[in-house]
Amino acid sequence: MRNVILFIRRYFTFFTFLFLQVVSLWFLYSYNTFHQAQFLQTANELTGQVNSRYKKVENFFALGDENRRVHQLNDSLFNLLARQYVQTDTGRQLVRDTVPSDTLNRYRRYYFRPAAVIYNSTSSEKNYIQLDRGALHGITENMSVLNSDGAAVGVVVNVSPRFAQVMSLLHVRQKVNVALKKSGDFGTIEWDGVDPGLLLLKGLPKSVPVKVGDSVVTSRYSFNFPPGYPVGTVAEVISDPGTNFFLLKVKPAARFYNLQYVFVVENLQYSEQAQLDEQTRKRIEDPKRTTR
Amino acid sequence: MSELIRNIIRFALFLLFEVYVLNRVPHLHRFISPSLYFLFILWLPFALTERWLLLIAFATGLTLDYFTQTPGLHAAACVLIAYVRPFLISVLTPRDSSDFNYREPSPQSLLWAPYFIYVLILTLLHHGWLVLLEWMSFGSFGDFLIKLISSTAISLLLIFTVELLFPRNMRFRTNVGG
Repeated sequence: MRNVILFIRRYFTFFTFLFLQVVSLWFLYSYNTFHQAQFLQTANELTGQVNSRYKKVENFFALGDENRRVHQLNDSLFNLLARQYVQTDTGRQLVRDTVPSDTLNRYRRYYFRPAAVIYNSTSSEKNYIQLDRGALHGITENMSVLNSDGAAVGVVVNVSPRFAQVMSLLHVRQKVNVALKKSGDFGTIEWDGVDPGLLLLKGLPKSVPVKVGDSVVTSRYSFNFPPGYPVGTVAEVISDPGTNFFLLKVKPAARFYNLQYVFVVENLQYSEQAQLDEQTRKRIEDPKRTTR
Repeated sequence: MSELIRNIIRFALFLLFEVYVLNRVPHLHRFISPSLYFLFILWLPFALTERWLLLIAFATGLTLDYFTQTPGLHAAACVLIAYVRPFLISVLTPRDSSDFNYREPSPQSLLWAPYFIYVLILTLLHHGWLVLLEWMSFGSFGDFLIKLISSTAISLLLIFTVELLFPRNMRFRTNVGG
């Protein structure tokens, strides 16, 4: 026993080193698997304060640029308003939920909340954006984020009371369902971590005519993103002879380097859609269930 | 200025510079991501015991991680260099290392050539560990090497710029009175 204690005392520094390394690596890997890590909840609150101070100074230098964009957006908003609604068949509507509808019985499907970007990176392979709105302002996970021009930016992955963390399109694990504006054919947008100026569009069959310069917009099949908002333009068409699908390089419509104000878009039917999807999968694909 | 306050100010300055300057400037190339904040650990006084060194390094790394949203990544690299630091210092100063005449590692106290080796090895270790952890999930070995070498080169350039811009002129401490 004495020898054991002596041994530990002798190598105490080494054990401290090992212990701290293991703690660091544990933080690192547990965070990557669970976004919910308590660690970041408090971290958001602490660094968020510093970040918002800094942002106040930084915003001052870009006011002119931002004003012009806001004006442009205000103009176009009048045309966009109707798009936030979907038509429902009132003849079969039995239950009404609390979501307000307008006089034409069109139900609000998407709700836009403005937010300011207080931290943003484009240099890593896994880029996150921090917003100054959090759970207290109604932000929840899985809401989509558009920039002030309406171009897709990312998806909210974590919220603390006053701040929200967004997984940018420039994140190697991000996957967003998109469509070609011209034909409506859909594919998935991804990023390989190489060039922040180019996203990858996969899963588009070769039968679809694609040209350089075609617009890519958010798809109608996405649960998070409202349909028809710009994602980017096709910059290069790569025809991989091994598969039946194109590999398209897409120049993103949002400029990730100077994001300042964004919209956080809530799909008011998200939970219902996601739940239905999950239930369907369970019912159809669960092998233990006996068929009737 | 007392030792403690000097180091606290340094800590704040290095971290703010790292988060709001180095992480913000557009990158030269996707392989080059220089950093400077770990110079804080390289500059810690000789008098610190190894355990304190490890704990301070861990705290430094973790604080940066709070800002960059990568919990544990920089902390791991910092703890590694803090562990290696005492060995390097004892190897690079062949004279009796028990009583140092200077307060902390600098070109003046270690002389230029050993100081360069000291900085080079710790920078390589720091970046190596960082890049290795970051690229463990994907990427090829060639990319790993290029990223390590280019980031280290640019970081060294930054470090020696800082070293020349802010010379720390320290008094020679003798045994007879301060």
